[in-house]
Amino acid sequence: MLGKNKGANVPFSETVIELFIRLCGISAIIFVFGIFFFVFREGAGFLFGGLDLGQFLTSPEWYPTSLSHKRYGTFALILGTFSVTALAMLLAVPFGLGAAIFVSEFCSPKLRETFKIIIELLAAIPSVVWGFIGLTLMNQLIIKLFNAPIGLTMLNGSIMLALMSVPIIVSIAEDALKAVPDSYREAAEALGATRWQVIYRVLLPAAKNGLLAAVLLGAARSIGETMAVLMATGHSVNIPEGPLSWIRTLTATIAAELGEVARGSEHYQVLFIIGILLFTITFVVNLIADLVIKGIRQA
Amino acid sequence: MQKANIAVFTTRDVIAPTNLSERLANNKKTFLTFIVLLSAFGCAPSDDATGTARPGKPVVIKNKGSDTMVNLAQAWAEAYIGVSTTASVEVSGGGSGTGVAALINGTVDIANCSRQIRPKELEQATKNTGKVPREFIVGYDALAVYVHPDNPLTRISIPQLAEIYGEQGTLKKWSELGIAHAACPSDKIIRISRQSNSGTYFYFREALLGKARDFALGSLDLHGSKDVVEVIERTPCAIGYSGMGYATAHVKMLDVAVESGAPYYAPNLQNVLDKTYPIARPLYMYSLGEPTGEVKIYLDWLLSPVGQKIVERLGFVPLKSEGSP
Repeated sequence: MLGKNKGANVPFSETVIELFIRLCGISAIIFVFGIFFFVFREGAGFLFGGLDLGQFLTSPEWYPTSLSHKRYGTFALILGTFSVTALAMLLAVPFGLGAAIFVSEFCSPKLRETFKIIIELLAAIPSVVWGFIGLTLMNQLIIKLFNAPIGLTMLNGSIMLALMSVPIIVSIAEDALKAVPDSYREAAEALGATRWQVIYRVLLPAAKNGLLAAVLLGAARSIGETMAVLMATGHSVNIPEGPLSWIRTLTATIAAELGEVARGSEHYQVLFIIGILLFTITFVVNLIADLVIKGIRQA
Repeated sequence: MQKANIAVFTTRDVIAPTNLSERLANNKKTFLTFIVLLSAFGCAPSDDATGTARPGKPVVIKNKGSDTMVNLAQAWAEAYIGVSTTASVEVSGGGSGTGVAALINGTVDIANCSRQIRPKELEQATKNTGKVPREFIVGYDALAVYVHPDNPLTRISIPQLAEIYGEQGTLKKWSELGIAHAACPSDKIIRISRQSNSGTYFYFREALLGKARDFALGSLDLHGSKDVVEVIERTPCAIGYSGMGYATAHVKMLDVAVESGAPYYAPNLQNVLDKTYPIARPLYMYSLGEPTGEVKIYLDWLLSPVGQKIVERLGFVPLKSEGSP
């Protein structure tokens, strides 16, 4: 009797759970397409009717509110986004991977737990706080250290982005290294490899997929970040000449201007077209990452 | 949600191109009518702008005009919901000219104007309605030019500011202004500006360059009046503009002259009130004839300390304030 009841209940609850999980999976797809549709719909009118796409992509002149001659060129903004992300990755990847190797291979278990908590704490700091640190503390520091006219620069933004993406890189890379079976390490050590040789010759090649994923997720975090770069980079339409140039990113432009723009106006639609551009960039980055990982797997 | 809607409608009017503003004004009107309906417990606003009370029904005061003032006018209207049970205020934008035109036609109780009414408009209104429009100054819109305290510069003229900020401007270095700025070794003038669709940006650009010329690219377009002052505090090479009320002890405000030969005036309340400080303008409201009834009560409330607190809260200069520098 009891057994029969149980037998009748289990398939039912399983069906419910299965349905729920299925819905969760489908909803992710629906949301992505829904968002894309919304962004595209808001920008489409001007994208296909009036916007000079060549000028949009290649002109550095961003004058969305000029009274005499409106110009919508995002070239400086695209360069800004790419340069600040690249510099951030240059700073974050060595630190992130180094920290991950240290935590995974050299730490005592007790120290490891402390480190992980601290690193996770770093990830919990809201980006507006990083932005404020950039606006005040880092601004002064860069002026003093580099004798720069102003510290709100690409370097400032990159340091903030690096600090924000390091926790992501560390925790994912550390997981990837931990996933390498101990038998690999033992075998290498049995063959007489030093600790460094074990890491360099055995662990890194074995964990390369996970490490690449860590780096790409860190980069994605940097490209998508808005508030910190809005505050720390100077938010200036300017073609970057070096780390001490003040720049503006695509995301920060949307954040700063969308709040006060007339709904449905050209400017409003252009901001959504920038959204489409960001969507495309992220898609391409992800696609390349996928292809690279597949390539590595086959090799 | 309603709050957010109001913010969107108000700011959009400030920046909307002329062909849009009519439509937007209509939107806003509809929305505010909705608010009025809510606050009046389902009572429809009357179409005639009489401003006289009917028993049991709140009077709707119609208020139209300047886009610069539309935020302020709506903040007042919102606050007034909690003040008066016998009247509510319906605000719409469209521009100072629209407000005055409505006043001439007698379709509004109060017109908002960020400029003074023109003699011809005054004459038309008097002729058309039989009443002489009465002028009220309800606050001021004033911008200060800020630099770092270590900057030896104490004063600047509007043409100099135009050459610093304008497209193809000729002033790029502090030494070109005739000063030796020791705290700024690079000698570069770092232009601090605002995001290009803020009302402050619009007013400053027009005050410096008129309507035909744009600001040069490469300025640091900060997000918010407070950030401007915060960055200048820490950046010896910087120059920037922001509302007068945002001054702190760690920045310096420059005296400003209309032309290079003209006298320089400090951005203080007295000079704003005297109309000698050049980057400030009074904000006007006009009623048809001497205001009476609910319109008079509303205008008296606007000009009272409570109403003027709202002026200060929105970053404008109140008529008489104790807190501002």
